[in-house]
Amino acid sequence: MEIFLMFLKVFAVGGAICTLAQLLINYTKITAGKILVYFLLAGAILQAFGLYQYVVDFAGAGATVPISGFGYLLSKGAMEGAKESLFKAITGGITAAGMGITAAIVFGYLFALIFKSRSKKN
Amino acid sequence: MRTFYYKNKPSIIGVSSVGGPKESAGELGEYIEIKSNDDTFGEKTFEKAEKKMLYTVIDNSIKNANKGIDDIDAIIAGDLLDQIISATFSARSFDAGYLGVYNACATFTEALTIGAALVDGGYLKNVVCGTSSHFSSAERQYRYPLELGCTRPPQAQWTVTGAGACVIGQGEGAKISCATVGRVVDFGVVDVNNMGAAMAPAAADTLYTHFKETGKTPDYYDVIISGDLGILGSRILTDLVWQKGYDISKNYLDCGAMVYKNAKKEYQGGSGAGCSSMVFCAYFYKMLREKKLKRILLMSTGALLSSLSSQQGESIPGIAHAVCIEI
Amino acid sequence: MENNQNFINDNYLNYVKSVSPKTNEKRSLIRAFLVGGLICSIGQGLRYMFQYLVGLEGDELAAYVSAVMIFLGAFLTGLGVYDRIGKFAGGGSIVPITGFANSVVSPAIEFKTEGYVYGVAAKMFVIAGPIIVFGVASSVLVGLIYYGIYNIF
Repeated sequence: MEIFLMFLKVFAVGGAICTLAQLLINYTKITAGKILVYFLLAGAILQAFGLYQYVVDFAGAGATVPISGFGYLLSKGAMEGAKESLFKAITGGITAAGMGITAAIVFGYLFALIFKSRSKKN
Repeated sequence: MRTFYYKNKPSIIGVSSVGGPKESAGELGEYIEIKSNDDTFGEKTFEKAEKKMLYTVIDNSIKNANKGIDDIDAIIAGDLLDQIISATFSARSFDAGYLGVYNACATFTEALTIGAALVDGGYLKNVVCGTSSHFSSAERQYRYPLELGCTRPPQAQWTVTGAGACVIGQGEGAKISCATVGRVVDFGVVDVNNMGAAMAPAAADTLYTHFKETGKTPDYYDVIISGDLGILGSRILTDLVWQKGYDISKNYLDCGAMVYKNAKKEYQGGSGAGCSSMVFCAYFYKMLREKKLKRILLMSTGALLSSLSSQQGESIPGIAHAVCIEI
Repeated sequence: MENNQNFINDNYLNYVKSVSPKTNEKRSLIRAFLVGGLICSIGQGLRYMFQYLVGLEGDELAAYVSAVMIFLGAFLTGLGVYDRIGKFAGGGSIVPITGFANSVVSPAIEFKTEGYVYGVAAKMFVIAGPIIVFGVASSVLVGLIYYGIYNIF
């Protein structure tokens, strides 16, 4: 039951974040690339004030899977690093996000070797 | 005066058209000479595929005109890719003069205007005019990678994968009798997905100028054809011309709006330099030869933007050239 | 000097706006919500799997989940499925981390024809590059500000 409730929360929060993006697409002429940047920055700034953590605690993957969760991770890493040293304050962000960036680069290159671009039918 | 008459009325003596899978399955598929199920045309890249399409139609139109390459004095061609590589690279294979022209999707009637003038003046004997476009090569140059998951807004158009070419010379065939050279018109549309709205003012300007300078009315033509305004752009054009006192609603067609089956599903219809050339060479030329149409005004429309200009916030200038073709 | 302003015809632009078709508002929002929620739920499912089956937790758990999500997004892009999901879902498939993977892999595949160095590797971040740039820059800024706060107070 607890797990079911969690999934409900994940679905609602994750869906709501995506709906917000769709609202931006519908009402402004913002392109996909910029939407990603805005959401990333929103997550980073919210976490800089310690707010995004509440969303993550509440909705788990519903908050970490959207790109704003990536921004959250970067800010969180930097804030934790700042407690220790200047060096870690600077590298903390990218260290925390290291797995995501590495995965994107490695899988990106790998799949580019395997797959080919196809024309769209519609 | 931007309208002029060809004294000797040069003829279109041979045509050829090629279409990709989507076009071949479209409304005019049965008229397309070479239908392909493979939009790579057996080539490794989409740019090479487009080059092959244009090469094929140029080659075939010469054969269809019962000419050899020795009879051809010049090839006038263009396409949408940077530095018009499809046209240039297909001309590389022919032992003939080459003039590369670019007016975006209005390139076809631009080539016809120039080609007919060269033949009419007696400077050249036979000239091939051709244009091409390819959905996948245009998409990656102007928009996004093919596999990127983004939505197409409802006012967007679909670049035609196709090419068309025709041989202009003296002899049997539909005759080019007059032309109106278009003016670059920009009403400040910045939405790169709304090409129809960006090009319609230029088309209206050319049409209005044509009627004013020739003293003709729209019903002089069996049909007035625009290149790739799409459904929305066609509507805007009809409205704009109406405001100037001409009613084209009865005998007006748009190549882009008629090329695909169920155009609403393809949003506003087809676009691209290959759109008007493919549709004209496949369909309208046949209608002229069969005398189902006697006199048409073909007006390809182009949006003269580049991916850089739109990123720098420039609005989209439009252009349209009209050519009168009669049998 | 003629500038761009001279061309702008507000009457015409307003007219174009009034005749242009609109995106189906409700439908696009519902689709974004459903697909976005579904992708996040898959992420949550992976969390539970890694948590209970492998015994991961904390940052490590989150990192592996995002790596697998990126793998899925990249794989579906390669198969040519993700662009169709994107057409259907709009924001629902752009914003999740799988959409980030899609924006990395799609140009990488697309520009394969220009070679593996200047094509694939160089073009890989044409769309996603800004995300890394702004992400890393903002994290450094946050880190420095917090370092300043910790060391002054």
